[in-house]
Amino acid sequence: MNKIGIFPETAFSIGPVQVTDTVVTTWLVMLLIAATSCLLTRRLALRPSLTQEIVESLFEAVEKTIKEVLPVDPWLVVPVLGTLWIFIGFSNLTGLLPGLKAPTADINTTCAFAVISFSLTHVYGIMLEGVGGYLQHYREPTWFLFPFHLMAEITRTVALAVRLFGNMLSGDMIALILLGVVGFLVPIPFAMLHIVIGLIQAYIFGILTLVFIAGGVTPESERRT
Amino acid sequence: MDSITVVVAVSTFTAGTAVAVGGIGPARGLGEALAKALEAIARQPEAAGQITRTLFVGMALIESVVIYAFVIGLIILFANPLMGYIVK
Repeated sequence: MNKIGIFPETAFSIGPVQVTDTVVTTWLVMLLIAATSCLLTRRLALRPSLTQEIVESLFEAVEKTIKEVLPVDPWLVVPVLGTLWIFIGFSNLTGLLPGLKAPTADINTTCAFAVISFSLTHVYGIMLEGVGGYLQHYREPTWFLFPFHLMAEITRTVALAVRLFGNMLSGDMIALILLGVVGFLVPIPFAMLHIVIGLIQAYIFGILTLVFIAGGVTPESERRT
Repeated sequence: MDSITVVVAVSTFTAGTAVAVGGIGPARGLGEALAKALEAIARQPEAAGQITRTLFVGMALIESVVIYAFVIGLIILFANPLMGYIVK
């Protein structure tokens, strides 16, 4: 976070392989989340302690959100979406720490997330509806709209990647420019706004993935039981 | 003026204008969406959860327009493809 730029910088290189600072930060976030999860799940009890209660309520919130959108067993999707939400949320907040750059302020990271979201849509669609049933939804109103379905697949994936990237990068940049102009107290409200934006963007990324998954699954009202 | 000066001047002006003009439409759209959602919540407070979720998704879609403008501005400023033709 020393220089304004939209490309990641090389932190160090192993032989011909250049390791960017994004990769370093991503691994730090992964280690942090893994360590926290290990610590939190070490002492599970039927009469939960306060920390267990908090974590459980977090996952119940995830489950409730998914149950409202998807007409199938929510626990098919909870592990994946929960991971996406928590990981993107933590990554977005990393940008606030001095000396670190948010991994999501790099277009490569967000593209990877978008590809994961794109694959999830098809994997869940085929898993829940079967190959034939899933391909049905491409000719939904009429065959005439088939090219538009294909276009939507591409544009919404690109939009996911660019949205997260743009939001995170703009937050980092505003903080940097303000630090250069007025360094004292003025950047604080913008940093607070950045916390809110980071969490909301993580939520939006997950919920859009969920809505896309639900778009490939027959809704409850048309389901024959 | 040599060609580098022209490209830099025009690029800087265009990047600022892109964000400024690109922000007008989405800002009005976001305001309208929020106003309508507030009206709907005031009328039916029990549907607040679902309205808020739909509002967030819709706002994200509207907001991406101004983010595109911002990213294009960044590309013009930091990764200008036209500079390659001039600085050989």
